[in-house]
Amino acid sequence: MTPLFIVLLPLIGVLLPLLFDRFGRLPCTLSAAFPTLMALGMLFSMGPAVMAGEVFVISWPWVESLGLNLAFRVDGLGFLFALLILGIGALVIMYAHYYLTNDDPIGRFFAYLMLFMGAMLGVVLSENVLLLAFFWEMTSLSSFLLIAYWSHVPAARQGARMALTITGLGGLGLFAGLVMLGNMVGSYDLSVILASGELIRAHELYVPMLLLVLLGAFTKSAQFPFHFWLPNAMTAPTPVSAYLHSATMVKAGVFLLARMHPALAGSSEWFFIVTGVGLLTLVFAAYVALFKHDLKGLLAYSTISHLGLITVLFGFGTKAAAIVGVFHIMNHAAFKASLFMTAGIVDHECGTRDIRVLGGLKKYMPITFVLALLGSAAMAGIPLFNGFLSKEMFFYEAWKLPLMGDYPWLVPAIATLGGLLSMAYSVRLVYDVFFGEVGETPKKPHDPPFGMMFPVGVLVAICVAVGLFPEPIIGPLLTAASAAVLFGDPGAIDLSLWHGFNAAVVMSLIAIFGGTLFFTQRARLYVLADKIWPDLTGKKVFEQLVEAVATAMRTITSTLENGSLQRYIALLLGFSVLAAGLPLVRFGIEPGPMAMTEIDFVSVVMWLILVVCSLATAILHQRRLVAVIVIGVVGLVISLAFVQLSGPDLALTQLSVEIVTILLLLLALFVLPKSTPHEGGFTLRQARDIVLAAVAGLGTALMAWLVMTRPLESISRFHLENANYPVGGGNNVVNVTLVDFRGFDTMGEISVLLVAGLGIFAMLQGLDFKYVEGTISRARDRYPVMLTSFSRPLLALIILISIYVFFRGHNMPGGGFIAGLITSVALILQYLASGIDWASERMRINFKLLAAAGVMLAVLSGMVSWLAGLPFMTMAVQFSLPVIGEFNVVSTLFFDLGVYLTVIGSMMVILSNLGHLGQIEEEYDENERLTEADPWKP
Amino acid sequence: MNHWLIFPILIPILAALVIPLFAGKDLALQRGISLTASLATMFAGLWMLRLAAGGEMFTYALGNWPAPFGIVLVLDGLSAVLVALTGVIGLFALLYAMQGTDEKGPFFHVLFQMQIAGICGAFLTGDLFNLFVFFEILLLASYNLLVFSGGEKRLRAGVHYVILNLIGSGLFLLAVGTLYGVTGTLNMAHMAVRVSELGASETALVQASALLLIVVFALKAAMLPLYLWLPNVYSSATAPVAALFSVLTKVGVYAILRTSTLIFGAEAGVAADLLKPYLMPLALLTLVLGWIGAMGSHKLRKMLGYMIIASLGLMMASMGLFTTAGISAGIYYMLHSTVVMALMFLLVDLIARQRGPVDDALVVGWTPTQGSMLGVLFFGAVIAAAGLPPLSGFIGKMLILQAAIDQPNGFWMWAIVLITSLIALVALSRAGSLVFFKTDDVPPGESAGRASLGDFLPVVGLLVCIALFTAYSGPVTEFTNMTAAQLLEPSFYITNVLGR
Repeated sequence: MTPLFIVLLPLIGVLLPLLFDRFGRLPCTLSAAFPTLMALGMLFSMGPAVMAGEVFVISWPWVESLGLNLAFRVDGLGFLFALLILGIGALVIMYAHYYLTNDDPIGRFFAYLMLFMGAMLGVVLSENVLLLAFFWEMTSLSSFLLIAYWSHVPAARQGARMALTITGLGGLGLFAGLVMLGNMVGSYDLSVILASGELIRAHELYVPMLLLVLLGAFTKSAQFPFHFWLPNAMTAPTPVSAYLHSATMVKAGVFLLARMHPALAGSSEWFFIVTGVGLLTLVFAAYVALFKHDLKGLLAYSTISHLGLITVLFGFGTKAAAIVGVFHIMNHAAFKASLFMTAGIVDHECGTRDIRVLGGLKKYMPITFVLALLGSAAMAGIPLFNGFLSKEMFFYEAWKLPLMGDYPWLVPAIATLGGLLSMAYSVRLVYDVFFGEVGETPKKPHDPPFGMMFPVGVLVAICVAVGLFPEPIIGPLLTAASAAVLFGDPGAIDLSLWHGFNAAVVMSLIAIFGGTLFFTQRARLYVLADKIWPDLTGKKVFEQLVEAVATAMRTITSTLENGSLQRYIALLLGFSVLAAGLPLVRFGIEPGPMAMTEIDFVSVVMWLILVVCSLATAILHQRRLVAVIVIGVVGLVISLAFVQLSGPDLALTQLSVEIVTILLLLLALFVLPKSTPHEGGFTLRQARDIVLAAVAGLGTALMAWLVMTRPLESISRFHLENANYPVGGGNNVVNVTLVDFRGFDTMGEISVLLVAGLGIFAMLQGLDFKYVEGTISRARDRYPVMLTSFSRPLLALIILISIYVFFRGHNMPGGGFIAGLITSVALILQYLASGIDWASERMRINFKLLAAAGVMLAVLSGMVSWLAGLPFMTMAVQFSLPVIGEFNVVSTLFFDLGVYLTVIGSMMVILSNLGHLGQIEEEYDENERLTEADPWKP
Repeated sequence: MNHWLIFPILIPILAALVIPLFAGKDLALQRGISLTASLATMFAGLWMLRLAAGGEMFTYALGNWPAPFGIVLVLDGLSAVLVALTGVIGLFALLYAMQGTDEKGPFFHVLFQMQIAGICGAFLTGDLFNLFVFFEILLLASYNLLVFSGGEKRLRAGVHYVILNLIGSGLFLLAVGTLYGVTGTLNMAHMAVRVSELGASETALVQASALLLIVVFALKAAMLPLYLWLPNVYSSATAPVAALFSVLTKVGVYAILRTSTLIFGAEAGVAADLLKPYLMPLALLTLVLGWIGAMGSHKLRKMLGYMIIASLGLMMASMGLFTTAGISAGIYYMLHSTVVMALMFLLVDLIARQRGPVDDALVVGWTPTQGSMLGVLFFGAVIAAAGLPPLSGFIGKMLILQAAIDQPNGFWMWAIVLITSLIALVALSRAGSLVFFKTDDVPPGESAGRASLGDFLPVVGLLVCIALFTAYSGPVTEFTNMTAAQLLEPSFYITNVLGR
């Protein structure tokens, strides 16, 4: 359980600072320190066992089918990193307490910091590589938050986004690589992966997988060419730079190299890529560091350079080099964190970190000076400091490297050059800041409070102690960690200070003296650098790239989504034509065996009328009133066609729907402009639309023809057989289908009607109606006497007819739907003939409620069958009650009544509201014709 | 008798009827009824989820007419999980709407409940024509919800939406009519049997009508090239409606998945594996264009619209593998992304309300009054939406990548998923940094307003849902695996429905 708690404690600790923030700064800091120290304590408790070579692995299943387990592993390497994370974390918390000002929201800072700490511990203690990828991305996210902590500073925002993008890119690569890796091995558990090195390296996907994993490592550890996010992340508060961007998070990349060393290292691809990138980074970054005038910028590039050095060591692929790599990770974490904190102190106390401004601080900040001097000495690799040991060992490994064939001098030379530059910038750091003339700083410099120096002191003490007595202090830990990296016994590690006079000593000497010499010539170098150094930074390239991509995406989006309905319809129809046309073309058009029916003269005439009117609708669409009339003819011809094809129900339905639709359209047109504006001449778009419409129309006809020439063997045979009283509740199969076989459909459709009615009501309520120029001019004689006097007696007659139609529906064409429509027509007629007010005054029915009640009736009649334990909408139900005995209930009548009421209700809601619109419009007119008697009033 | 199978349809319909009949203009009563119905629907959905988790399938023959002659409701894993999802999203969207959106016009709750009924009905029906009917219900309800509370922008978007979908309805009828003409049935299970028995001479016609049907579903699911309507429609709707709409597109995805595995699946004879060559490439392109659109958006809500498109692309690409792992991962991602997008729409509404006149435009706006709270929620939502740990989007992507490994076109899937993930990261970090970091102070005398506890509740609730979903990913994936296996075994469905 302990490893889980070590990870969980900081994650739980995210909440504490937020809660304790209100109690003041100190409680807040302590609330962050508490879980950190507790986790550290738990880690120490595992120390002896880990040093003895024990490996703790615990696992709980999480997403088993994915292979993602909550599995943790504490071995030497994990222990070492956890120690760095928690140890330096505790120091950084203390430092930050003094560093942050009262204006900074300290609770948020510590919450972010704890989030990072938990995530980072997760990375280093994961046993499951998917879990590792999981925590990996979380470190990127928390880093984003911490860099953007001072979010009002533009550079902080940009730096944060850049860091997130680059490390996010790497995270995705790593994620992909690890999934591939797990797939190769058949497990995502490190125990299995680390033991399968040979299988992995021989796999055909080894190289792509390696590249993806390395993308993750290199972006995180800021290796060239992904290095530039790190200097730009220096806008973060200095504790963050010390913690994330030198000691821990950026080490995640090299951690990964170390972790995966047994599984991935040893191939020539690994050697050339990792060593190559590392060497390039080592020298390039060290060179750039020399020219950085920002103290933190210099340290950032120095960090990149040292990460390069560690990368090189793991790239060598040899046991000894890997051990040195682990050693340098520890050393670098100690001295670089101390130096960052020192830089923070200087910044804090002087108000600037510009090396050109600073100078002579030795006098004002003696303690800080000593700490900086010692830290820099370790960084430069001066003997008796920890940095010297690992650097000397690095030189030795570079010299011994067997893999370079004809160029044995190349790696040692580059390594020495790196060391030389490292020496140069270290000297510069100390000299330019603490010696020379006193600069004009914004604040009067002095040593900071003890609390700020203490963490630096601890780290520097470690640098010195390890430098002097490496074996007793660091020996066991290094051995345990190396054992984990090598997945085997590292053997005896020689940590003595003096190995005799060998190549490494020569290289060290060249580096130290050459570096000092280099520093003395710096003035000339700056001039030279300004001349030859191109004005090209990673930041610039990155930002321009992102901007270019964003612009391109904006262009693509606005070009595609141009808001043209015509285009969307064209796409829909075009895609449909393509989808349906492709199989037809591919497999051939094959009509069925049915013979065509005889063509008679009347039909031909009717079909011609249909075609002409359809075309006319399209051609005349600009004259809306005419178009509506023509489209009415289309509907009538279709009803006639239904009559001819022996579908009287359909014909009746079609006819009544047609009438109602046309009436509603006319009402709507009443308040709309009477013509559609011209769009100019014949355009390409119109050509496209004509072609598309023709193809879609003809294609539909083709499909219909193909279907109708085929014999139909369908389920309707069952319906025909069962449409007899009492099984189906009637003899008219159409009606029985509507109210029984497929009554559920009907229930759905009347719900649609209801929603349409209520929806139109709601929509028109909210409509801010404006008078539109060019609406239909009204005839003077608006309520023709003939119509008015005819329609009133007609009302009773039509309603009678509708009732008749309703009842005969069971056995003959008719039913609730048609009856409802007929009644609606009768009522609409009253509105048209006598005006809306006249009609409304006489119809005090709330049609909205009528429609709702209709659907309700239909639903309830469907629920009756539940009482008999039968499914919803079982229409013919036999009940047997104790006293009454057995009796049948046929609910279809009630269901059909529901349909009838819904149709009337919805139609009338729509109608009266559209009519109401006309009234509003009328009020505009009123001012002009006040003298005229208002015919809307009865 | 499995009467409960119809509850997710009947409860909301009854609520939609009771409200106008008995609640009148009493908003409090309307809310009470609506909330009760939504809670009941959600619990019905969760109950069904529990039952379906056993791997069993349930049918309900409406009118007691045996399949294939009457209409049947069918509950399998896929239906159950989607009904449950609808119930959950519906509840939180309703809670948000009750904070004031529902006051802005009449009949909000009626339309809302009808919408739920339509969605649940579409997921539950085993009949192709009945599916059409439910499509109509949800189309009409969604159209009216979309234009709810008026405004020129909404009406314009509404006109586009309704016209495109009416054309879609026409195509649906054409396709169903043709399929009926060829197979003589409307019951999906029965149609599957009939299609598999068809002779070679019917290949062209059955494939043409099947693909036409899929086009209609693709329009609903906003798949390339039929996605262009979505961003404007979703960004114009009020927040709770947009949140509910995040389920609406899943009706299209559901219909594609259902028909392409059941009727036009591997055993479909002349229409076997009909969609296999097309679905994944189109879905991947949808994914790419979705994120391109998200990054190219000028407004946050529009960005969310494009993110929906992208998420649809991703889930359909995974389903397009037509393997157990692929479909399972696709369903997992569907559940995840639907909740996340619903959350996003609500959250962005809260944020936009505090940004002053710029509203949701991606330009410098006011510092949100409750910046910390909103920022934390937004960060969480973005993590989920961009597929980052520790939330379920990351697990979803892992599942999808794992499913695509060793599959034909797997490389493209990997490449596109990874690249779009990066675009997502960039796009969302740009947006977030603009909204929360690069802000102006609220000008003196102006007030950006505050969100109430009731406003936050649904947002936090949905985020909690995502957290729980992540934590219980183990059981969830077991369920989706089972569901995917059911889908790839059409005979299971057919036997259960037709009983032979």
